[in-house]
Amino acid sequence: MGGPFATAFSLIASGDPALMQIIGLSLRVTLTAVLMACAVGLPLGAALALARFPGRGAVIVVFNALMGLPPVVAGLIVYLMLSRSGPFGSLALLFTPTAMIIAQTLLILPIVISLTRSVVEDLWAEYREQLLSLGAGRLRAVPTLLWDGRVSLLTGVLAGFGRASAEVGAVLIVGGNIAGHTRTMTTAITLETARGQLGLAVALGIILLTLTLTLNAIAWGAGQWARGRLG
Amino acid sequence: MKIARDIAPPILPLSLEDMGYAVGGKTLLSGITLRIEAGQRLVVMGANGAGKSLFLRLCHGLIDPTQGRRRWASDEARAEAQAMVFQRPVLLRRSVAANLDYPLALKGLPRAARRETVARTLDRFGLNDLAERPARLLSGGEQQRLALARAWAMRPQVLFLDEPSSALDPSATRIIEEMVAQFSDEGITIVMTTHDLGQARRLAAQVAFLHRGRLIEHRPAAEFFAGPEAAEARAFLAGDLIW
Ligand SMILES: Nc1ncnc2c1ncn2[C@@H]1O[C@H](COP(=O)(O)OP(=O)(O)OP(=O)(O)O)[C@@H](O)[C@H]1O
Ligand SMILES: [Mg+2]
Repeated sequence: MGGPFATAFSLIASGDPALMQIIGLSLRVTLTAVLMACAVGLPLGAALALARFPGRGAVIVVFNALMGLPPVVAGLIVYLMLSRSGPFGSLALLFTPTAMIIAQTLLILPIVISLTRSVVEDLWAEYREQLLSLGAGRLRAVPTLLWDGRVSLLTGVLAGFGRASAEVGAVLIVGGNIAGHTRTMTTAITLETARGQLGLAVALGIILLTLTLTLNAIAWGAGQWARGRLG
Repeated sequence: MKIARDIAPPILPLSLEDMGYAVGGKTLLSGITLRIEAGQRLVVMGANGAGKSLFLRLCHGLIDPTQGRRRWASDEARAEAQAMVFQRPVLLRRSVAANLDYPLALKGLPRAARRETVARTLDRFGLNDLAERPARLLSGGEQQRLALARAWAMRPQVLFLDEPSSALDPSATRIIEEMVAQFSDEGITIVMTTHDLGQARRLAAQVAFLHRGRLIEHRPAAEFFAGPEAAEARAFLAGDLIW
């Protein structure tokens, strides 16, 4: 096993351009997907927490279930949408980073929505009368509740990031794993391992693990800091 | 300060007409008929669970009566003319100054006016040293003082206070009482609940006594304390009211 690890460390140490390109693309795709999922999911989750309408329970259950949506299924759905004969085929997005961003956004969105809903719902129970008394209606309460729930929400966003950066099925189906174009860390690991070229696979594996570890450490630290600082 | 309140169309008196509140088939409050005049200092008394908090929430409009009516003098009681300090105030997860600023921003006050009001409020309530501290980490007494300051900064015509000093030590209680008396002198109508008989004696101009969801006595404070008519109220003053 000395072989692949030695290769891996020399690849990382030399800043191999192919390696860097793959890391860069992975980060770009996943971070963009997280941002988009937050832009849609935070307000939507908060709205779901405060709104009362028939069928609300069913909507909540569906989003909870979608947190476990298999990545390959998400990939398949986006593939069908974007393929030549699909409804958005004319946009020619299939096998581009954009398609990968869309697929990952779809994967993260249910996590962000469900977590936001549960955090905001709990806060609203505590804050409702006080906010009404201060003059904030339901709509105006949304940003206030999101802000006051920021520490808990960060955990959910991070879970979303973790899910997206670890999955391989969705980006493989809609991205196609094209070298230099749509090859991400996870798809590269799959391919290189299958080809028996373990050096690059191990290097990417190490980086992926380090990344996840670092992010979780930052989030945990931020949470501790905020609890001490904000109460 | 006083001028601004005078210019705004008065929302008082508040008339409660046979007001009642039931939830899940259980009547919690019923048959409350009462008029709260401008400038009044009304103390609502009664045992635990008598319905005092419910009464304040109904008056303030946080919940609506399921029976009878709640009528303010102006057709629509503008929420911004009322403020309430809750039995357990909720402070936002931000600084003391930001907590004071929040309701002012909701009212749409321009930034400069807000900064001015926040500074004046911090000053008046002795919160200057705490201005940048996270509100949630203040002591219980400091939190209560901040809740009171936040309500005052909203320039209400009527201020509802739900046991504003129940968790405080004697000196903090005294400070709160002095503030409430000052608010009253400034022309703010006060409606408050308390368990503390001494506090009720010191602050009340009128007393409303609730017993098991009913208003069984409503009289000027001097008369009430001289000798309440209702047996339950007498027992309560003697300290042996069982609910
Ligand atoms: N949403 C509700 N559903 C059912 N019962 C309720 C509800 N809200 C209040 N109650 C009941 O109504 C009664 C009056 O409650 P309230 O909080 O007004 O009492 P209180 O006089 O303020 O008591 P305390 O002195 O302990 O604060 C209590 O018995 C309480 O359990
Ligand atoms: Mg109460």
